[in-house]
Amino acid sequence: MVSPIIRDIEKRQMRVDHYFIKPGDKVSVHTRIIEGDKQRIQVFTGDVIAINNGRANSRTTITVRKSSSGFGVERIFPLHSPLIEKIELINRGIVRRAKLYYQRNRSGNAAKIKVKTDWR
Amino acid sequence: MSAGLIGKKVGMTQIFNEDGVSIPVTVIEAGPCFIIQKKSTEKDGYCAVQVGFEQKSKNVRKPEAGHFKSAGKGIFRRLKEFRVNEKDLQGLNLGDELKADLFKVGEKVKVTGFTKGRGFTGVVKRWNFSGGSDAHGSKFHRKGGAVGQNVHPGKIWKGKRMAGRLGNEQVTIKNLEVVKIYPEKNLLLLKGAIPGATGGVVYIKKSK
Repeated sequence: MVSPIIRDIEKRQMRVDHYFIKPGDKVSVHTRIIEGDKQRIQVFTGDVIAINNGRANSRTTITVRKSSSGFGVERIFPLHSPLIEKIELINRGIVRRAKLYYQRNRSGNAAKIKVKTDWR
Repeated sequence: MSAGLIGKKVGMTQIFNEDGVSIPVTVIEAGPCFIIQKKSTEKDGYCAVQVGFEQKSKNVRKPEAGHFKSAGKGIFRRLKEFRVNEKDLQGLNLGDELKADLFKVGEKVKVTGFTKGRGFTGVVKRWNFSGGSDAHGSKFHRKGGAVGQNVHPGKIWKGKRMAGRLGNEQVTIKNLEVVKIYPEKNLLLLKGAIPGATGGVVYIKKSK
């Protein structure tokens, strides 16, 4: 059981703008990248295949997977990190489980997640 | 040397710093602590303050109540002495409250606590022996093996690493960075792990 003190500290860290993300969503994650004294935004677009470490804390991460010139690429983003500028929801997918690790064994058309049409 | 604090380990989590880097932290509920007794060179031969933590009202014996009387802050469950130098001792009075803001963010502290007791453990866990193969027909799995020679020396050397009790010993971790302080709640957030289980009592001092 998590202590209420820890829960309170984690709550202070949590961002409220990323609650909507679900497995199967197609998202664009805009990350702030600091290089010396310069800043730029990097965008990573792909499917959310897993939400890790639970949702009710500041340690939540999401695994985003995309196919880049034929190679599967996965990135794990801390959902509550201040370095994430924003997460854009492109569309919702129809999926039946919380962890879409079966996507790793699929490629091409088979790796496409069916798009929900009435998600807005 | 300034006084230290007695605290309770609350648990671990992680927080983001200004650069967005997540830092693993241990949360300690450090205080409120009160100065119960002052020890001086003239009277005791050394300078120190005795600090109390966690008030109690049950099972108080008369001599115990007498010891806490002059501080006038009630009876405390935990007591710990911290050595201070003579100059600092003069600035401290009986009954003074010591709070988590005794430390500053960025400061290095050392934390003393008791590790989790593991009970009677074998040599693989206690001394990191490699043990034997689990397969390929091996009959030697997690044993310690031979412990000595023959007629000479005719005994087992003292200190030979064998199975036995592990844990529940005092351990001090030095140079832990103070990442954040919540003075109103007496919470200290230190970078990294500290000994003991959640709820365990720890002593926090400034690192030299």
